[in-house]
Amino acid sequence: MKTLALIAVLLAGGMLLYAGQDLPAFGDQNSPAYQHPMTTRFIEESENETGVYNIVTALLANYRSYDTLGETTVIFTAGMAVILLLRRREL
Amino acid sequence: MSGIQESIIIRTVVRIMVPFIALFALYVIIHGASGPGGGFQGGVIFGAAIILYAMIYGIEDGKKIMSDKLNRILSSTGLVLYAGTGLLCLVFGGKFLQYNAVPLFPNPAETAAILMDVVEVGIGITVLAVMISLFFDISPPETEGDEMSPEEVEQ
Repeated sequence: MKTLALIAVLLAGGMLLYAGQDLPAFGDQNSPAYQHPMTTRFIEESENETGVYNIVTALLANYRSYDTLGETTVIFTAGMAVILLLRRREL
Repeated sequence: MSGIQESIIIRTVVRIMVPFIALFALYVIIHGASGPGGGFQGGVIFGAAIILYAMIYGIEDGKKIMSDKLNRILSSTGLVLYAGTGLLCLVFGGKFLQYNAVPLFPNPAETAAILMDVVEVGIGITVLAVMISLFFDISPPETEGDEMSPEEVEQ
């Protein structure tokens, strides 16, 4: 079983290393992420639209606010689940 | 209980450090709009401050500042603050979480910035309460340890 797991890990790692060769260079201006029209739009417009300088925060708390609400709900649910599972002494 | 909790150096350093860690956490939450930071990070730092206090001064003392009841209330308060901000936008005729709709300031971008801060504070409150609640839940109950330590300090 341990050999199987080792083979699986080596295979997955090898696949990741092989696929990683095709990634664009770090900070490459011509990479697809920088070429996408939304990237330019967020950089140019986010300060006027959201009123904050930090584009990361503008995306997290304004454009993707639904997503962040879901993340907070996940954390809350996880905390409640741990209370339900582990806090048996009160019952 | 253990050696770490009796060390006067560690107790003093923790007592001095905890307020500053908490202050730094508030800074990280509020500064999230104009620099690195935000609700998740600030909430975790604030939770770590109280966890550090509870580790050194004992779980019972930690529960005096952050009781289970307060934990439960806070962890839901943050979420209510977030969802309530979204509902406030609905009340003023916008979409859910469309901050520009709230007529708080003449400039809609300014309103959005303020409401984003409210949302970040909500995230921070939930994260800190859940962090502390997790730590208290997985920590072993203190039974004999508390009775041992005063005798050992006297010796």
